[in-house]
Amino acid sequence: MADPEIKSYTPHHESQSAAVTESRPAKAVLMIVTFAFLGIFLLLPLIVVFNEAFAKGLGAYTEALTNPDTRSAIHLTLLVAAISVPLNIVFGVSAAWAIAKFEFKGKAFLTTLIDLPFSVSPVISGLVYVLLFGAQGLFGAWLKAHGIVILFAVPGIVLATIFVTFPFVARELIPLMQEQGNGDEEAALSLGANGWQAFWYVTLPNVKWGLLYGVLLCNARAMGEFGAVSVVSGHIRGLTNTMPLHVEILYNEYNAAAAFAVASLLAGLALVTLVLKTLLEMRYGAELAATRGH
Amino acid sequence: MEVRVANVRKEFERFPALHDVSLDIKSGELIALLGPSGSGKTTLLRLIAGLERPTKGKIFFGEEDASQKSIQQRNVGFVFQHYALFRHMTVADNIGFGLKVRHGPSRPSAQEIRRRASELLDLVQLSGLEKRYPAQLSGGQRQRVALARAMAIEPAVLLLDEPFGALDAQVRRELRRWLRDIHDATGHTTVFVTHDQEEALELADRVVVMSQGSIEQVGTADEIYDTPNSPFVYGFIGESSALPVNVEDGQVWIADRPIGLSAPQAPRGEATLFFRPHDVDLVDECNGCIAGTVAASRRVAGTRRVELEIGGERQRVEIELPVDHPAAQKSRVAFRPRRWKLFPAA
Repeated sequence: MADPEIKSYTPHHESQSAAVTESRPAKAVLMIVTFAFLGIFLLLPLIVVFNEAFAKGLGAYTEALTNPDTRSAIHLTLLVAAISVPLNIVFGVSAAWAIAKFEFKGKAFLTTLIDLPFSVSPVISGLVYVLLFGAQGLFGAWLKAHGIVILFAVPGIVLATIFVTFPFVARELIPLMQEQGNGDEEAALSLGANGWQAFWYVTLPNVKWGLLYGVLLCNARAMGEFGAVSVVSGHIRGLTNTMPLHVEILYNEYNAAAAFAVASLLAGLALVTLVLKTLLEMRYGAELAATRGH
Repeated sequence: MEVRVANVRKEFERFPALHDVSLDIKSGELIALLGPSGSGKTTLLRLIAGLERPTKGKIFFGEEDASQKSIQQRNVGFVFQHYALFRHMTVADNIGFGLKVRHGPSRPSAQEIRRRASELLDLVQLSGLEKRYPAQLSGGQRQRVALARAMAIEPAVLLLDEPFGALDAQVRRELRRWLRDIHDATGHTTVFVTHDQEEALELADRVVVMSQGSIEQVGTADEIYDTPNSPFVYGFIGESSALPVNVEDGQVWIADRPIGLSAPQAPRGEATLFFRPHDVDLVDECNGCIAGTVAASRRVAGTRRVELEIGGERQRVEIELPVDHPAAQKSRVAFRPRRWKLFPAA
């Protein structure tokens, strides 16, 4: 007969030692709190958005989205993103290049300055443009004399969006480029490449995943920005309303179904961004790990 | 290609890294820049490459002043310490990079570039690895690819920064012999930086010993080892023992005793006597010799190292004896250096 003690033996594969493992109830409470919090504050609103959007049926949903004002808002949002994201790619790559590869005075100051939009309320960023380009603003008279319209028009919206989104690409690239150093570029130059070739064939491929990640976040913010854009837009329907502003207007007019229909597009963008971000992190986690920080 | 470094000084933010360095490198020579870290050897290499510009002085390639030329114009092959291979390119693309970025008629066809890359891979004994990525190679293989890549542009000079620094001892020795063979086969003027004296002495035609931003001595392995010209070189290259001595009447004295070494040329006064631990004659009767009390004795490979305390100040020096030499058992040993050198005390 086999020894019952041996028979009943099952090995334990605890991943953590008993000393740092909370008791079962404590674990459960922590997990319930976390999930409840995320559920109430993140998941529920998202469900509500889609629920409300389709509350009056698919017909009302498509009708809301094909409304001329809505379509103009979608166009404007895409236009603003199409201008501000490429500009911020150029700016972000230049800034990261300058900070990571050169030594110069005021470098720490520049690095801090890049973070400014993160630390300033977007409403204030918008107000700054009003103070600069408004009728009573610093350049107001000059702009008027030359017939240039910035405020309450597309240029103002683009400027405000650029201001709010400019840290994303730079912040993603600076730590990555700093970590990689100058070695590869020096090698390319020693092999006869000119500066542009070194950048195109060596630097850019080295940072492409970080760059893509930054562009993704930059784009999500450019399309979703409310505060700064709200101040400079003027809320002219069909002309200077972006999608987030349009959602607010529709909602204030008690047109909830249309408001949520437009909102569902923005929520959809957020979900797509999230999925792409997760995919990027899964594949290029190690490369991106150095760039966390916001 | 001959390379001439003429009175070069290099400062980094006011801090001098090289003081007035001059060096002639002959065409086809394999030359080592040897020194401890901070001696300026890598800075000198980067100046020759054009990765840095001299603060003062000039660098000539042949008869031509290359000081103001960019690294691209100098056409140098540079092998970086950590190889700096392009990680997103295959081995073949890495090697072909220098040809691909050329402009106009000097740029070979894609097919020609591939052919050159394969040829160079054969030369560095890595045939068949064209399609691999750098991450899929061992350290020694990466080193070879880096060298092949540098040679692809048919450089005027080949410059290597600590070429074997990141490799383990066995691979180092193998690659050392291999580099020598490649050099003999291709005849490139080659300069490499190392802090490993064994590597420098074994591999190079001439060794440039550097310390604190200056060149201490330039010479063949024999010259450097047998006739060091400064206390630094004596201490840095190989094993050496040093003793404070006095020079008087053309004789070398330790305290009040002459030690049987005559130095008619040496200036009077305090000096330091240098000799190699293995380059000594044991003497029985101390009639002008260095005598000391055995303080410690240890076995080092095929010899025995004996540490002696000399004189009233108990200065310690090391000498080397055959393992079975009876003197190792005694408490007092007397000897006289066979080859030695005096340097005035600083």
